[in-house]
Amino acid sequence: MSDLTSDAHGHEHPKNELSDHAKRIYAIRDLLIEKGVITEKDIQCQIDYQEARTPANGAKLVARAWVDSAFKVRFVADPKAACAELGIDATAINEFVVLENTEKVRHMVVCTLCSCYPRPILGRPPDWYKSFNYRQRAVVDPRGVMREFGFEPPDDVEVRVHDSTADIRYLVLPLRPKGTQGWSEDDLAKLVTRDSMIGVMDALNSLPE
Amino acid sequence: MARGHHDIGGLPGGGPIDQAEHQLSDWEILADAVNQALGAKGIKRTDEMRRAREEMDSAAYRDMTYYERWIASIEAILIEKKILTEDEINRKLAQFESKWGEP
Amino acid sequence: MSAADDKFKPGDRVKVKFEDRPGHIRTPWYIRGKTGWVERVYGEFLNPESLAFGRDGLPKKTLYLIAFHQGDVWGESAKTQDKILVDIYEHWLEPVA
Repeated sequence: MSDLTSDAHGHEHPKNELSDHAKRIYAIRDLLIEKGVITEKDIQCQIDYQEARTPANGAKLVARAWVDSAFKVRFVADPKAACAELGIDATAINEFVVLENTEKVRHMVVCTLCSCYPRPILGRPPDWYKSFNYRQRAVVDPRGVMREFGFEPPDDVEVRVHDSTADIRYLVLPLRPKGTQGWSEDDLAKLVTRDSMIGVMDALNSLPE
Repeated sequence: MARGHHDIGGLPGGGPIDQAEHQLSDWEILADAVNQALGAKGIKRTDEMRRAREEMDSAAYRDMTYYERWIASIEAILIEKKILTEDEINRKLAQFESKWGEP
Repeated sequence: MSAADDKFKPGDRVKVKFEDRPGHIRTPWYIRGKTGWVERVYGEFLNPESLAFGRDGLPKKTLYLIAFHQGDVWGESAKTQDKILVDIYEHWLEPVA
């Protein structure tokens, strides 16, 4: 095993520069393998599983729901089955709920107690979702949070903040942006940001640069 | 008893949300994978890990980074279940550190 | 267990118990003592309070989606139609007339 580790910017650093807490995972890993508790393969499988999970999965589901209203009904009624239709494996989610935004309702998801997130669909949560500031403010000032993400819901819109405290994992189905009739699913999927599926903003109105 | 240090919904004083993204370091990816692998093998439950983080020293909870807290809770639960001991983790780490050299 | 065994149904007004219970609790502090209503009945799940200590999580508890007016949670008279929704286990809920 290398004496170097890659940091958050992809630069290599000596492992001896890591914090004491961080270093311990290398010791724990080796001991667990030595004792046959888990194997190298078990660990690699988990790394591979996680790498395969990105917001592109969620965007694909949303784009399909936008163009195919029967699929949208199925997606809201039984999200895991709808995922399977598109070859997305959502089986690791105990209970999966899709929250459909409308002209009058916007949903936003937080886990105030820790960082529960629909990882099998979207991959790992962004740092901000796990931050103390988001966890503290989302339930009391959702509109203030949305404003920081550049989104101002109109006054007549109801904002519904879900605090994900149990086994339910929530995915927001954002509103289809106006003026996108006839767009391909691939292009529509590009409008569906990860943050719009958490609910802090709507989907994009135009294709990103 | 009072409110746990993790139970922070609605607490005042929350500041602006830092939207900077960061790619995970190798050790964070490893922490994530070890956690998931232990869960997949039925060795620990997610709620045990959460409880371990809730039982941490409160100052440590605030000061540690997300994956540092995960590593601390993985260690706490493995020790609690007598799968590893703190001593052997310390000894293994000392071996690594002598190999890695002085920072 | 069937729906008939659930203590609450959609539309019922409920109050979250205000208890300071030790252990691993998934009912956030900010919602304890607050009154809302049942939006959905999610069915039965293993009890995290038991799982957290290596026990088997039985008996299962019914989990509900409870909705609250923002104003009722934070004690403001702010005119907002915004809501907070929290997943709460049955043993943390009591009926409200």
